[in-house]
Amino acid sequence: MDVFANTDDELTCRELVELVTDYLEQALAEPERLRFEAHLTECEGCRDYLDQMRRTVATLGRRPPQALGAADRAQLLALFRSLQTPAPSRPDA
Amino acid sequence: MGSGEPTGFIAEAEPQAAADMRLVAALRQGDEAAFLGLVEQYHGALQRVALSYVGSWALAEEVVQETWLGVIQGIGRFEGRASLKTWIFRILTNRARTRGAREARSIAFADLGGGWGGPEEPAVDPSLFLPKGHAEAGWWSSHPANWENIPKARLLAAETRALIDTTIAALPRTQRMVITLRDIENWSGDEVCRLLELSDANQRVLLHRARAKVRHALAQHLAES
Repeated sequence: MDVFANTDDELTCRELVELVTDYLEQALAEPERLRFEAHLTECEGCRDYLDQMRRTVATLGRRPPQALGAADRAQLLALFRSLQTPAPSRPDA
Repeated sequence: MGSGEPTGFIAEAEPQAAADMRLVAALRQGDEAAFLGLVEQYHGALQRVALSYVGSWALAEEVVQETWLGVIQGIGRFEGRASLKTWIFRILTNRARTRGAREARSIAFADLGGGWGGPEEPAVDPSLFLPKGHAEAGWWSSHPANWENIPKARLLAAETRALIDTTIAALPRTQRMVITLRDIENWSGDEVCRLLELSDANQRVLLHRARAKVRHALAQHLAES
């Protein structure tokens, strides 16, 4: 896309936002990572964008664990017991 | 995790495979505490992953029940080629897939195709960047907001969580599963690739698209205060 055509190899903001996940996943090749970080040092908008993304991910990970309901627990335990072998023979069987 | 306890080194030093086999041996002997421990550890995650697959709570509950049944019945055949966790979640995705295929005839999901591929989806609305022809084309025309002063309580509020849930529910299925496992359940990229049989690169693209949409929804929500 020539929207992204640059005279030098400086990243644009529009390109940077597409590399954010690779950056956070440490999947950028070294030259790309350097370009990414060079852009960040001079662009407050992209620093804020990256920070938003980090906070988004942190928010997703900080959800309260749902406690297992007593009914679910009892039901699953009953299921587990019912499938154990050998089953005790019934008194009148 | 395990640190702070005198025996903590055992949990850390014991390879996962050995820990799995010990747990599996206990399950085979009908050890109820071992089973309940497994249930406590994975039930919630199984429900969320099932939901991300089948799209309704009622169905997700059924799929999770079937999964536990499959775990109990199949534990005798567990060989340790995958981790116990991956093995359990594979049972889940198999059940969910079967179920999803059955429901597909009666329920119209937006993305039964699986949600992979499709047209280019930019992470950010292109109109927020200076247009082609401008001296600084491709740079922000409208800066993202700074979130540093947003109280954590606001991000963790029930209202925000509901918005996140709605946004995730609306994602194409594969994106939904990847973000659920990676960011909500905190699985590693490798684990997700193994479970969903994705390449590393595809996993990252799916995560990227999913996160971009959640960030966008959050940004809109936070701007509305």
